[in-house]
Parts: sequence; structure tokens; C-alpha cells
Amino acid sequence: MSDPKIDGLELKPGFKGMSEDTGSDQTMFKGVHWGKAMMWIFLLSDTFIFSCFLISYMKGRGSTLVDWPNASQVFGLHVFGVEVPLLLIAIMTFVLITSSGTMALAVKYGYEKNRKMCGWLILATAVGGLIFVGMQAFEWSKLISEGVRPWENPFGAPQFGSFFFMITGFHGTHVSIGVIFLFIYAYKTFAGHYDDSKRGWFTSMKGDYVEIEILGLYWHFVDLVWVFIFAFFYLW
Amino acid sequence: MSEIKEKEQSTTHKIGIYLWIWGLLFVLSFFSYMVDWYQFQGMLRWSLILVFMFAKAGLIMAFFMHLYWERYALVNVLLWPMTAIACFIFLMVAEFEYTVFTRLFYFVVGGQ
Repeated sequence: MSDPKIDGLELKPGFKGMSEDTGSDQTMFKGVHWGKAMMWIFLLSDTFIFSCFLISYMKGRGSTLVDWPNASQVFGLHVFGVEVPLLLIAIMTFVLITSSGTMALAVKYGYEKNRKMCGWLILATAVGGLIFVGMQAFEWSKLISEGVRPWENPFGAPQFGSFFFMITGFHGTHVSIGVIFLFIYAYKTFAGHYDDSKRGWFTSMKGDYVEIEILGLYWHFVDLVWVFIFAFFYLW
Repeated sequence: MSEIKEKEQSTTHKIGIYLWIWGLLFVLSFFSYMVDWYQFQGMLRWSLILVFMFAKAGLIMAFFMHLYWERYALVNVLLWPMTAIACFIFLMVAEFEYTVFTRLFYFVVGGQ
């Protein structure tokens, strides 16, 4: 949400504005907080990492000599005597989307300087992330107890385990890091660090609610990656 | 004073748009789960999965990550590399049959 006006200078919209921004011999991302631009660059590089996983996974899956395990059975759950396919994964998806929504609202209330609302919504996001990580831990232990290893599994192609643990593990690490930061930022919000421009712990930058948006970008990215994992790994 | 108010309006949006996107994401997730529930197979399955996936990803990036409201300088810096890597993924996926072929040829037939 860049500011269309900087120092009274009207910025042009669209591609014309893009070429003027880029060729202005000044900062390129006009009206964008440097922290936000850096977070976007980081997320872009993170996209590359996950894309490398995706490439190797798609290629690996397509080229196995043994059939790939049937995901909807492997990740199915036995509930009340009924076999429900992909139940846990569906719940995890909904939990993550819920937390993504609360984060989006937290950013909105942050910009409105509504400290309490913003803090509670960040806390709700953190709890959602925590539930997600908990369910992932449950899923991992279930699969490990069923004999899934990175080098073999009882369901089909041996590559399944290595791709599963690598991709969901890397995503789970991202979620866990996000949860830690969400708790820290919830504390900082409640403590009013963004209202009275208190400086952070490792930075001379003055506290501002734009930090909530930067944190939100990271959290939405984690949700975004899950959208792709859900489609390519669980549904495919 | 009016200037401050104007600035605030440019950085916040009505709550309705977030709730709409949130609801849409739930509906789309539900639909993509239904794809598995009803066990659609073949091209229908792949196309439905991809359509729901890109719709969800697009909504999250455009509205939750605010790309819809960003200037094109930032949007294009982000989207073109992602397009390039999507092409890369497509190229590698298009090649997997050759990998299967070489594996069968050397592992099973023995390459004679």
C-alpha cells in the first residue's frame, strides 16, 4: 500500500509510473518502507528455494519406477470408525487460512492505531500457527510410526518419504519461526512500542505499525506456500 | 489535519474487503478438498486443483499481501521472476517422461 503522494509530488500510476520510478535515479520503490521492500526481496528468494523443492518433487514423482503412494489414503484419518481422506490436512489448511485472515485484520487495525485489537489479532494468529505446528507434529509422528522413512515406506515409491519430510519440514520450520515472531510482536504491540515509537532490540528504527505489515507479509507467504504444498503434494 | 486523514485513508481499507477475501479463501479451500473427496480423476482433477490453487494464491497475494494496491515498480519486480520460475518448473515437469525412459532403459532393460 504505497503512498501515492511523496513530498507533495504526485506519482504516476501504472506502467508509466513504473518506468518513471525505475528511471528516477532515486529510490525505486517509492512510498514503500525499506523494511517492507527488504521483506519482499527475502520472500522472493524464499520462493526460489521452495520452487527448487517443487521442481525436484515434480520431477522425482513423475519419474519413479514404482507407483507413488496414494496421498488421500496415506494422509487419511480413522474417525469414529470411518476412513476420512485427507481430514487432518484439510483441518490444517483451514487453521492456516484462519490465521492468515486474522493477520490481515491485525495489519488493518495496526494502521488504524487500534492497539488492543491489533494485539489480540496477532495473538490469535500466533495461536493458529501453534495449532498448525502441533497438528503437523502429530502427522509426522503418525507417519513415522507407520514406517515412513526418507529412504523407504510401506505405501509405494521410496522417494515419497524424503520429499515429504523435506518439503513439509521446511514449511513447518517457517511456520515455527513465524509463531515465535508473532508472539514477540504481540508483546511489542500490547506494550505500545508502535504507539510511542520505541526503538527495537537490534535496530535503531523507530517502532511503527508498518512492522506489523512486514510481519504479515511473512505470515501470508507461509500460507501461500501451504496453498502450493496442499495442491501439489496432498491433492495431486 | 486533512492531510493526515488523507494519508490514513491511503493505507487502510474497509474491513469488508478482508472479510470477503477471507470467506472466498475458505470456499476455495473447501472446493479443493471436495476435489479429493469425490475422487475426480484425470485432466478434470489436475485442472480443478490448479484453478483453485492459483485463485487462492492470487487472492492472498493481491489483497492480504496488498500487491493490488502497490505500485507497479514493486509488483513487476516480484511477479516476473516468479513467472520465470513457473516456466522453469513447467520445463522440468515436461521432461520427466524422458527421465522415466532412461531409468527403465538402464535399470530394467540394462542399456544393451
